[in-house]
Amino acid sequence: MSTTLSSKQDPGPLGGDHVDRSPLSRIQHLLHAQATIGPAVVLLVSIVVFALMSDRFLQPGNISLILQQVAVVGTLAVGQTIIILTAGIDLSCGAIMVLTSIVMAKVAAETGLPGVPALLLGFLVGTACGLINGMLITRLKLPPFIVTLGTLNVFFALNLWYSESATIRGTEMPSLLLWTGETFTIGGTRITYGSIIMVVLVGVMAFVLKNTAWGRHVYATGDDAEASRLSGIRTGRVLLSVYATAGAVYALSAWILIGRIASASPQAGQLENLDSITAVVIGGTSLFGGRGAIIGSLLGALIVGVFRNGLALAGVDVLWQTLAVGVLIIVAVSLDQWIRKVKP
Amino acid sequence: MTTPVLQARGLVKRYGKVTALAGSDLELLPGEILAVIGDNGAGKSSLIKALSGAVVPDEGEIMLDGAPVSFSTPIDARNAGIETVHQTLAVSPSLDIASNLFLGRERRRKGVLGTVFRMLDRNGMRDEARRQLDALGIMTIQNPGQAVETLSGGQRQAVAVARAAAFGSRVVIMDEPTAALGVRESRAVLDLVLQVRERGLPVILISHNMPHVFEVADRIHIQRLGRRKAVVDPKTVSMSDAVAIMTGAMEPPEQAA
Repeated sequence: MSTTLSSKQDPGPLGGDHVDRSPLSRIQHLLHAQATIGPAVVLLVSIVVFALMSDRFLQPGNISLILQQVAVVGTLAVGQTIIILTAGIDLSCGAIMVLTSIVMAKVAAETGLPGVPALLLGFLVGTACGLINGMLITRLKLPPFIVTLGTLNVFFALNLWYSESATIRGTEMPSLLLWTGETFTIGGTRITYGSIIMVVLVGVMAFVLKNTAWGRHVYATGDDAEASRLSGIRTGRVLLSVYATAGAVYALSAWILIGRIASASPQAGQLENLDSITAVVIGGTSLFGGRGAIIGSLLGALIVGVFRNGLALAGVDVLWQTLAVGVLIIVAVSLDQWIRKVKP
Repeated sequence: MTTPVLQARGLVKRYGKVTALAGSDLELLPGEILAVIGDNGAGKSSLIKALSGAVVPDEGEIMLDGAPVSFSTPIDARNAGIETVHQTLAVSPSLDIASNLFLGRERRRKGVLGTVFRMLDRNGMRDEARRQLDALGIMTIQNPGQAVETLSGGQRQAVAVARAAAFGSRVVIMDEPTAALGVRESRAVLDLVLQVRERGLPVILISHNMPHVFEVADRIHIQRLGRRKAVVDPKTVSMSDAVAIMTGAMEPPEQAA
């Protein structure tokens, strides 16, 4: 509002940035340019607050626990982020993860397939599930919400059918499948290899999105699909590749899930699809596509983990933890709407 | 007689029972600005879409420098050197100016970083974007790393025009470039159109705005009922006569142009 009155010199019709902004407008512009600042600040503040509330919060054992809890959702959120960046959504990610974990574990347990081929089989299954989503969305032109709502049920049913609703115990599997749950120690903190995989995955995906043409095309397709098509981007292919890549990422989550619960359970990860969306949204990625970052989703997953853990340590009932996460989501989306209204 | 850079003969496009193009011709001469005007439904858009590869005509031929070409996608037309500034601009608001300029034809880094890690040459693209904007006299855009959504309507149009001018080697097509702009912004964009011609690139300008058309066009192609009704010289035909021909109130004068 201050911009119209304050332009001292006329910059000409095609020119010039406006000067003199109100402090609030400055914050809006900052968040607009750097979407991850918001979640980073929230995470830091919540860590400080919870550390003050409970002595146990910053102890190595507790930090290790938070990281373990976040690893599964954090990796799922990486796949979810690239889909949401294209203005899509994936409700089936948890189901793909569970189906993949069951296939890897059961085939290995029943046929004695060694770890490496079992993992590769898992990646194949995950990618294929993602491809099915992508095909339905690009070829049949169905909305991603409906497609993945459907495949959520299909994949979950396949998982129950193939597993015969039985859990496969860790002792029946090759040790490679359980490796993600193993730990090493840094400065007294036990860290699982699963959390390391999550961090590396976030780094790789962030690099790819920022530095490759494919990354630009993912953002452009989510921003304005028709404009991207006219610019010569094959938006159908971009979408297909995004859903397939997300499927492969979910296979990684499946591996981490097996390590985390030291078994493969057909009932695991039922709500992880919504948790991954929560992490993405709190991480500052816009549900309308074209805006956001992978790092934000990691921060979002950590914020949820820290909130739940911190409130639990402070003796707050689970129902209030859930309520707090709910409020966070609404605050994050309102903030996104406000940031989107940024004026030039 | 000079060979037209871009020539269309007898283009036909039907959508079900509706005939959008009923054997339309078009000739674009080297170094000229050819305005295409016509009433709603006269087939302007279909004609332009056929030339830019966005639709495939049912009949007729398109020739580039006298050689027949056929475009099945916008990418084909682009590869042939025909760049189009669409009315919707076809820019991605959340990406920066440089990314938009190179959207769909990004440059990779040299060496292993580009071939194996597929890294983009961000600095190179920014420098080139800077050069292109400067070359068109759009000095006032400070930073090619700035997001397009922070730009005004005229600045966005300038980015889209700069992209077309940067990559168009044969023809630049502009669809209603001033439609959504204010008076001063329109003025600046028309100057851009003239600068593109000064670079030696012929321009096809589609517009509803008669004063704009008469100001910049070398020749005016009047489209009516899916056909080329006439091509007139803006220096000899008045604005009201052009409108009369366009609406069918008047027959065109004996074959001008």
